[in-house]
Amino acid sequence: MPTPMHRPRKAPVVKTSLLLPLVVLVGRTVRALARRLGGGTAIPGLVVERLAPWFLPTVLGRLPHGVIVVSGTNGKTTTTKVTADLLTSQGLRVFTNRTGSNFTRGVVSAMLADVSLTGRLPADVAVLELDEAHGVHFARAVRPTHTMLLNVLRDQLDRFGEIDTTARLLERIARATTTTVIANREDSRLVRIGESLEGVDVRWIGLGPATRAAFRSDDELHGGAEGPGPAHEADVELLEYDGDTARFRVGGQELVAPLRLGPVYNAFNAAGAIALTRAVLGERLDIDRVRDGLAGIEPAFGRGESFSVGGTPLELVLVKNPAGFRMALAAYPHAGVATMIVINDADADGRDVSWLWDVDFDELRATGVALTSGVRAADMALRLQYDLVPVGGVEDDLEAALRRFTAENPGPKRIYATYTAMLVLRRILHGSSFGVLA
Amino acid sequence: MTGEPLTIAHLYPHQMNIYGDHGNVLALQRRAQWHGYEPEVLEVHPGDPFPARADVIVGGGGQDSGQSKVTGDLGRHADEYRDAVEDGTPVLLVCGMYQLFGRAFVTSEGERLPGIGVLDLETTGSSKRIIGNVAVESDEFGTVIGFENHSGRTVLGSGGRPLGHVAKGRGNNGTDGTEGVRYRNVIGTYLHGSVLPKNPRVADFLLETAAVRRHGSFHRGTPDDARADAARRVAASRPR
Repeated sequence: MPTPMHRPRKAPVVKTSLLLPLVVLVGRTVRALARRLGGGTAIPGLVVERLAPWFLPTVLGRLPHGVIVVSGTNGKTTTTKVTADLLTSQGLRVFTNRTGSNFTRGVVSAMLADVSLTGRLPADVAVLELDEAHGVHFARAVRPTHTMLLNVLRDQLDRFGEIDTTARLLERIARATTTTVIANREDSRLVRIGESLEGVDVRWIGLGPATRAAFRSDDELHGGAEGPGPAHEADVELLEYDGDTARFRVGGQELVAPLRLGPVYNAFNAAGAIALTRAVLGERLDIDRVRDGLAGIEPAFGRGESFSVGGTPLELVLVKNPAGFRMALAAYPHAGVATMIVINDADADGRDVSWLWDVDFDELRATGVALTSGVRAADMALRLQYDLVPVGGVEDDLEAALRRFTAENPGPKRIYATYTAMLVLRRILHGSSFGVLA
Repeated sequence: MTGEPLTIAHLYPHQMNIYGDHGNVLALQRRAQWHGYEPEVLEVHPGDPFPARADVIVGGGGQDSGQSKVTGDLGRHADEYRDAVEDGTPVLLVCGMYQLFGRAFVTSEGERLPGIGVLDLETTGSSKRIIGNVAVESDEFGTVIGFENHSGRTVLGSGGRPLGHVAKGRGNNGTDGTEGVRYRNVIGTYLHGSVLPKNPRVADFLLETAAVRRHGSFHRGTPDDARADAARRVAASRPR
């Protein structure tokens, strides 16, 4: 609910149709200047947000198929990307925040690149990835037509405080949604939110018995599964996934599709994307095009991306929180693959590295870890010591670590990295000296 | 392994485990092995009897919702925990369990929720969380390094002394410079998650006390703490 300080802003007395071209021109000028100065992508958005708070709701409100918000702790980027791809394969023009900037100002900045002087986006629908806090901020300005709630997991507790606080943020986004809320029925907090909603169509995504075993909620941590089976029929269910092909149940019908998205949790994100696509298109959904769309999808940045270094594969796996790290360790085979783990503690990584103690590293004991790196390389090495996992070395400097890792390990390699470490790694890998093929 | 046994009781691992508290139990378990003992971990869940055979007791932090689930159960065993503490059982209490062992928690709405009163301290809720890296200077353990994340403000009574004073961070309440509590062989602290792995002296105090009480003496092994030292140096250099 909007607080008194944050009522949805009304358009000014002067007709917005007269002001829009001016705002677009100002925004574009700032954008051009910011680019020339090498500034951040969010600055033009920030300026336009201040100058014309009505710009965002006005422009997005005109999209005929609505505004989709994807939120939750893990899987936002993959779900958003797959949703955008699937909607495109259905023939819709899609606006999305590919820059990965989770702020509303990032969305506005992205809009400025595409919007016409009359304030029209060349799009039928928007698919936006927003984290919990920015999602609430966004939903105050623009009520989403569709919202996807993926999960509530331990992540960046140093920012939001507690999981229950994070869940309340998602609940506010859900309550602002006008048409359809799709929630993950495997997450008890999201089930409670979904069951409490009124006046919107609530749908669920879920796991089948075979895939459920690969997921463990944070509440089941150090304790084993609790509670009854799913209480809600899923609109889309992930039945099976082997890294090559996925089997879904979509509205009572089976869909078998080629899917190469890496670990199983990415395939579950695809289930969310199918459910969103289905909700937007209704009866016009072309299921053959969904299958074709899924077959052509590549993993999002750092979400199981594979590079080639010196002719052998190097996989990058983003790890942000205990659940994600646990699932990544469970999803990948370790034998024959050299492992490096890079842990930073910037705001975007989570400043508190205690979460590493909620990940079980026993699976790496047999192969060991070649190197730990990043600002908290020493913390990671200490963590592995207590799980009796051999560590080849500790190298704080990421570039030096990457050189040593690739030089000493000619075979297949895998790097688990936190967010800011991933950004640096990709930059180094794309640099000339590594001879990398993406 | 043929070492002497040590039993580590982990209080409410399902409800009170939010910030890597598993790391504290793992640290005691591994270090006990490295000192040549044979540790056993005993999980204590709501409804279970008091862990009478525990040589060392560990309790962690929880969500507010988790905390409410264990309050009643803990209260039913208040006298047993008090006797164990007065008798000298080594106990580590972090965040939520630290608060619950105190006299009371007063919510920000003014409601007074009784604790089990084993420790002379009282906590008041606040809407502003204290979050950041911490370094505590302790006479007993040197510098204790960790991370704090709590909304409660804890004030010690005359019946306990602080674990130490904050050189970085806010500690018990952000005003008097104290962090944690020391009483008999209890250590209470807001330094969560990995407090024991990065502070081997604290871990070994708990193990030594446990071993002496149970077996009459402590045989100190030679754990390799080079990585703990490195992690401590890095953590100490990070901004609050």
